[in-house]
Parts: sequence; C-alpha cells; structure tokens
Amino acid sequence: MAGALRSLSQRPLSKAAQPAQLRTTAPWLPGRLLQSVPPLVALLLAGPVLAGLAGVVLPAFGYLPDLGGTGLSLQPLRVLLDQPGLATSAALSLAGGLVTAAVALLGVLGLLAATAGTRKLALLQQGLAPLLAVPHAAAAVGLAVLLAPSGMLMRLAALPLGFDRPPDYLFPHDPFGLALMAGLIAKEMPFLLLVAIAALPQAEPERRLRLARSLGYGRIAGFTLAVWPSVYRQIRLPVFAVIAYGTAVVDVAAILGPSAPATLAVRITGWMNDPDLSRRFIAAAGALLQLGVTAVALIVWRGIEVLAGGLSLHLAAAGTRLPHDRSLRRLVILPALIAAAALIAGLFAVMLWSFAAVWRFPDLLPDRLTLATWTRTLPAALRPLGTSLAVGAASSTVALVLVIANLEALRRRHLASLEGSDVPAYLTVALALPLIVPQIAFLFGLETGFLALGLSPSLPLLISVHLVFVIPYVALALADPWFALDPRYEQIAASLGRRPLAVLLRLRLPMLLGPLATALAVGFAVSVGQYLPSLIVGAGRLPTITTEAVALASGGDRRIIGVYAVLQAALPLLAFALAASLPALRHAGRRGMRA
Amino acid sequence: MRIFLAPLAAAALLFGCAAIAAPAASAAAPDVQWTKTLTEARGQSVYFNAWGGSPAINAYLGWVAATVKERFGITLTHVKLDDTATAVARVLAEKTAGKTGGGSVDLVWINGENFAAMKTQGLLSQGFATSLPNWRYVDTANPSVSTDFTVATDGQESPWGDAKLVFFSDTARTGALASMPKSAAELLAYAKAHPGRITYPAPPDFTGTSFLKQVLSELASDRAVLQQPAVEADFAAVTAPLWAYLDALRPVSWREGRAYPQNYPAMKQLLADGELDVIFAFNPAEASSAIATGELPDTVRSFTFPAGTLGNTHFVAIPFNSDAKAAAQVVANFLLSPEAQLRKEDPRYWGDPTVLAMEKLSPEERQAFAAIDRGVATLAPDALGPVLPEPHPSWMERIEQEWLERYGH
Repeated sequence: MAGALRSLSQRPLSKAAQPAQLRTTAPWLPGRLLQSVPPLVALLLAGPVLAGLAGVVLPAFGYLPDLGGTGLSLQPLRVLLDQPGLATSAALSLAGGLVTAAVALLGVLGLLAATAGTRKLALLQQGLAPLLAVPHAAAAVGLAVLLAPSGMLMRLAALPLGFDRPPDYLFPHDPFGLALMAGLIAKEMPFLLLVAIAALPQAEPERRLRLARSLGYGRIAGFTLAVWPSVYRQIRLPVFAVIAYGTAVVDVAAILGPSAPATLAVRITGWMNDPDLSRRFIAAAGALLQLGVTAVALIVWRGIEVLAGGLSLHLAAAGTRLPHDRSLRRLVILPALIAAAALIAGLFAVMLWSFAAVWRFPDLLPDRLTLATWTRTLPAALRPLGTSLAVGAASSTVALVLVIANLEALRRRHLASLEGSDVPAYLTVALALPLIVPQIAFLFGLETGFLALGLSPSLPLLISVHLVFVIPYVALALADPWFALDPRYEQIAASLGRRPLAVLLRLRLPMLLGPLATALAVGFAVSVGQYLPSLIVGAGRLPTITTEAVALASGGDRRIIGVYAVLQAALPLLAFALAASLPALRHAGRRGMRA
Repeated sequence: MRIFLAPLAAAALLFGCAAIAAPAASAAAPDVQWTKTLTEARGQSVYFNAWGGSPAINAYLGWVAATVKERFGITLTHVKLDDTATAVARVLAEKTAGKTGGGSVDLVWINGENFAAMKTQGLLSQGFATSLPNWRYVDTANPSVSTDFTVATDGQESPWGDAKLVFFSDTARTGALASMPKSAAELLAYAKAHPGRITYPAPPDFTGTSFLKQVLSELASDRAVLQQPAVEADFAAVTAPLWAYLDALRPVSWREGRAYPQNYPAMKQLLADGELDVIFAFNPAEASSAIATGELPDTVRSFTFPAGTLGNTHFVAIPFNSDAKAAAQVVANFLLSPEAQLRKEDPRYWGDPTVLAMEKLSPEERQAFAAIDRGVATLAPDALGPVLPEPHPSWMERIEQEWLERYGH
C-alpha cells in the first residue's frame, strides 16, 4: 500500500525533472503563503477522517454516556459477533470489493491489450468518458430495470418463450451478491479504463509493443507482459480505491445487493437507524469491523498482486507468445463492451420508464408516453436538484482552487530544492485516506462530533464534508497535466520579467484550460454522486438528488425512480459536456491550442 | 438602499396579512393559552420528519405547508425519511451530544415501537395533544387514539390518521375476489397452490412486521397475552404457531423466501408486474390511489379477512429539543382540523382514514366526508371488518430479532 502511494507521488514529479540552472532563479522561490497550502490540504482531508474514526471507536467499546454507556467494555463487539449472518455479511463485503476490482481490472486489461496503439482505443475513450459521469446509484437502478425478472431482458424473452408473467428468479438482491458485483463492475470498469489510458503513455506502449512483436509476441501477450505491469504500477491507488469502495458501498448495495443478510455496510446503516437505540453500540462496533474487512481486502489484494506478478514472470520465462490472437482479441474486449452496453441500455430503460403511462409485463414498450410523471415529480425534485447543483459547484470550485495552489506549491518547491524533493509523505497519505477508509467507518463519528460542536446541518457544512471526497479526485485528475506542461513556456515568461503569479494566471492556467475544466467536472460528478455524506451530514434537511434517488429506489413507482435517476445522471453529464466544449470555445482560432 | 428596503416592505406586507388572519384562527379557539401559542408560532420554522416514499402524501404535505404558511406564518419543511427510525436516531444523537435546544426535528410522524422508544428514552416533549383546540373533534371512543400499540400516549403524540390492514389482488390475473383467501391459514393454502406468488416485506419494515402480527394474532391460542409485555419465559410457546406458519410458507413464497421485498411500495410494483398475486397495505385507500396514478392496473380490488385484521392509529409527536414547539403544535392542530382531515381522506389527495368522530362534526362537514368518492378499489368504512388490536411493542422487538435469526441469512 505504501508503495502505491509512493508511486502516486513520484510519478508526476519524475516527469517534471528540471534542468539544474533553473533551480537557482530567484522568482521561483516558494512563497511562504503558498507553501502553507499542502499542510492545510492534508489537514482538511485527514482531519475529518481521523476525527470521525475516533468518534466511532469510543461507542464501539461501550462509551456513549447518554445511552448509559459510561465505562469501557467489549460488550458491543460481543453483541456484534452474535448477530445472525454476520460472517456472511462480512464475506459479501470482502468478496464485493475483491471480485469487483479483479473483474474490472481484467476487463480493462483485455480492452487495452486488444486496442492499444490502434484508433479504436481513442474512439473507446471518447465513448466511455461520459459513462464515468453516471453516478453509481443511477447506474445501479438502470441495471436493476434491465435484468430483474420483470425487466427489459425478460420482456424481450417473454414473447418467443411464451410466458406472460415474470419468471421467479432472484436478481437483483441475489444471496451471493452477483447483482451487486455486476453493478459495481459495470461502473468501475470505465473509471479504471480511463485512469489506465491516462497512465498508458508513461508505459511507452509503442516502443515496447514493437519490441515484443519483433520477438514474435502476439498483441495480447506482448501488451500483458511488456506494457501492463508499468501501467498497473501507476494505477494502484485507483485500484485500491475501487476495492475499498466495493467493500463498503451503501447505495449500490441497497439497490442491487442481497437482503438476507445484506452486506456489512448496509447492515451498519440499519443498526444506526434502528429505533432500538442500544443498537448504536453494535453499529459503532460494526464500523470498526468494516474497517477491518476493508483492510483485509487490501491485504488479500496485495497477495493477488504477488501471485499475478509471479504468473506473468512465469509466462514470460516460459516464452508464451500467443502469436495468432485475432479471435482472442475479439473475445477479451467483450467484458468492457458488455459493461458499457449494460450501463447505456439500463439508463435508456430508466428514461423510458420516466415517460411511461401504464407499462405491463411483458409489453416491450409502454402503452403510451406521457409527461405526467415528470410534471408531477419535478416540483418536488427542484430543491434537491438545487442542493446538488450548489454543493457540487461550490465544492468542486473550492477543491480546484486548493488543488491548483497545492500543485503549484509542490512544483515550486521541487524547482527550488537543490537535492530534488518528493511530494511530502503526509500529503500522499492524506490524499489517499478518504479514498481508502470506508465512508461508513468515520461519517457517523463525524456526525456526533458536529453535534457536540453545535453545528447543525447547513450548506457550508455539507460542502466542506464533500470537499474531503472531491479534493483527492480533482488532484488525481489535474496532477498529470499540471506537471506535464513544458516548463520552457514559463522560463520564457520569467525571463521577460513576469512575476510568478502573473505567469500562473496568464500563462499556465489558460494553457491548461482543458484539464482544469475536466478536473472541475470530475469534482462536480464526485460531489453529485455522494450518498452517505449527504445523508448523514445533511440529516434529511438538505436532501440531494442522490439521497432522494436512493430513498425512492428502495421501492416504489418505477417511473418516479426513473425521473430521479435521469436527473441524477444528467447533472454530471452536463458538467462533462460543458468541460469538453469550453476549451474549444475559448481557444477558437488558436491553432496551436487545439489538442 | 432600495435593495435593502424591498424585503422589509415584503415583511411588512406579510405581517399585515397575518394580523388579519390571526383573529379568524383564534375565533375557533378562544382560549388565551392557544392565542399565545399562535403568536409564538408565527415566523417559526417546523422541520416535519415524515416518511417520504409516497408522492401522494408528499403532495398532501406540500398543501399543508402552503396553508400553514398563509394562515399562521409558519414555514413547514417536509424532511423526507425512508424510515422513521432515522429521526429517532437523530434526536437521540442530539441528546447524546447534549443538544437540549435547537434540535433538528420539530415534528415527527410516528407510532408503535418508534413512539415507545422515544417515550422511554425521554426524547419527546410534554403532553400537548389533548389541549389542542381540535382535539374536541377526535374520536376518543377509539382506544387506539390514546393507546399506541398498548403504550399510553399521555398526549405526547397527536393522532393523525387511522390504519387497517387490507389485502389487494388483480382480478384480471387471479380472478374474482371470492376465490381469494379469507384468513392467514387460507393464505398459506393459496401459496401452496400458487408457489412464488405470495410474500411479505422483510421485517423490520412496518408492513412486513404488521403481517407477522396479523398471523400471530390469528394463530395465538390466547390473544390476550399479546397485550402484555412479552415475557421471555413463554415467548417460544406463544410464538410457536407463527414460526410453524412461516416455515411452511417459506418454500412456496416468492423467490422461495431467499429474498423479501423491502417495503410496501416494492410489493406494489411486484403486483403491477404480475410477480405477486396478493399484497397488503395498512391503508384501505391505497389501491385506489395507486390506480389513479397508474401504478396499479384498474382491475385491482381490495378485501379483508372476515374474522378481522390489524388496525392502529398513526400520530405526530414533538421532540424534547425542538425550538419550534409552538409552531409544531399549531401544525398538529391544523392536521386535526376537519378541513385537513377531509382532504386527507379523499383518495384524490391521499385516502387516509380520519381520526375524527363523525358525530362531533357539523352536518355540513359530515356530509362532506360521506360524499368522498373512495374509488373502485376501496372498501367502504363499514365493510372493513373487525379490528384486531396491536400487540405490545416488546413482542415485535423479539419477533423481529427471532425472524432475523431464522430467515435473515
């Protein structure tokens, strides 16, 4: 794990290795104010996580005075372990994280191996980017509408097979969590694919593939053995984030996951909200267990890494070349294509439901289309929509400003230091914490802390908690382009007498307009998709489009669920569309700025 | 400067109207204390924590919010919960943190075990319900308006609506109601004849636990025991028929009992999709309003068990740390008004039975209630059959736990 974090920190800077003479130029000396940004960002990220964990540990050991828990004891842990089906719940969480990551990663590997260096990859990248924007909850709802016994697939099958009532099979909510895993895989595959594509140039695929081919390796074997290891090394943090997310997700697990018993995180949420108030102790103990389950998942994954590394060495040593892999190439891109198709078809079905009047099984299409559901639902959806919009816009903007200051501080420090410095370890850890520590393990503790401080739910509070999750993703999105910009532009500006701030504002930021807009859109999408933070910090007073969508998805009119899912998906999609069109508008008529 | 004056002018206008509206409101309740409450309530914000899963109910509460704003100057916000326990947990968390004022919940829609939990933990404010002016219309002959699941309300919650367990089926798929089950035992026989078409929401869902209580009440050898707190000594003996029933139902139920719908709306969707043959709800008008919104086909009809089904009352309560207690009382009082109760019982808006006694209303009001078009799928109030009383909440706690151990994994 430490290795993964180190690779995150070293990767960008190794790119920006600077000529030695520059380091002595006076205007590049770090400003004191700017240099206080990295510690501030680290505090902003790690503070809430650690404080929240502390707020959960005490009740987990029986200390919560208002419920009569005044001494420390192991009683809550004992009661937790006595809960029926607890082992199954924990195993489901563990498997959810590991299987999701493994399958998604294999899908990404297959797709890249079959398409790296071809024009197909660029097309895929453009096609898949919008899927990244689709929030988890909306994607899960889409998948349920597609695959449930009364879903689109069964409607297609009903006519040829001649049945007029849905078959009695268990999906979603199957006891093995397959539906949950499928939903997570479909959603994480585009994410991992895009971070892998971003890491691809560093792995020098053309050179290595050429070499591999000259040694008689087929495209897939060549990519897997020569290019993939160095791609994977760069995307370990995102992979770890996917594993941690998969072990502790609440919204997707509530929509698709098993119910008897549910995954650990869903059960913890249930205990937190149980009218039998003594169950809060179990919930706190459960949060600790969740932390352990996620840690075990990461450790197991480390073992899988070692095994996979050994396997690839073995294959290389054995000379496995797979020289003729044309048909295999068609096969290995299937998982990613199926995932993408399921996401898109699911969203389409959900949209159709939102316009449906009456739509009986096994009809393929509704009796007729109507705007009635929209006109009935939209007035109530406006306020949550506004909250999502406001919180997303504010948190992504603040995050962008902080990340810019942070990256600039790191860049200048790197330039100014003679011995060549690294990203401070504390910052790397702080950036990774909110992605790795399960939200459910610290958010309830954080809520108790807010109450103790007399902070009632408010927009600024919600925005600052969202920042904890938005900043890391904005930093991930912006770090590479930030350090990749050719330093000579700034050297010329500096030699013409421009001050560092002017160079930043007039040269660097405009030149990076595209990546900045994308980072902003990523931050916005992350904020809009947040479920637990909005649920817990918002405390029902600040419903967002996501908390409303998940609350409705637990049951109810599929057409209204459709309206909310469509709205939830539309917000980030619009943000990405804006981000994509902004640089083109701004740079119209500047040939050199066209990417 | 003008920018700053505009809101002031608007406020003046608002208070002007308020001054006109106030006497009208207090004319109905001339007592001094209530006038003081009305004055205090003006300008307060009430966060009403209420289950938000039904668009019809949400729209009704939207009307309530607009009306109390206009008449009493109260800003009512519906905090939509997917489980009332969330609000209970929240008030508890606030008490834990020592927050005795400025609580985030001002009014909560509640009954049964949630009420019992809040009452015993001291999370509710003093009794207020019986001193509300509109209490005089309440059907106090109905024991469940003052005894909530056998627990005395002590005025700490104000009745809002009545509920009764009613069954629905789609006559287009399963034929005439005459062939539908007439008791829990017949329902089991039906499930055996039609495997996969019967289920119930997983406890602790409200509708799911209600089903368990219905079965237990029908099968228990001595129903009176259920009115006393559950005693560990005879829990196994009293509930044995329930578990035998559920064991027999499980293999022939939907998904062979490997999964259960999450709540009533999920069951409703399953009836609409044709996956289930019989579903049940705690609101007799539920099927009619679902037909009106297109959620259920217009061939769905309702029925009850001739020997009786479970019935109870749902309430609103005010947490101990609300800063808007006056306004919350005014809202509770408005919810009890014949006007608000009439609209609530009308299935075009919600279809929830009133807690008011018809003989205490004016002839015009009585006439208005009688004239409500209840819809094709709603049984008339006198066709709902006998009411079985709710067991003491302690039974449900133990049964939920036991259910989880037997079927929850």
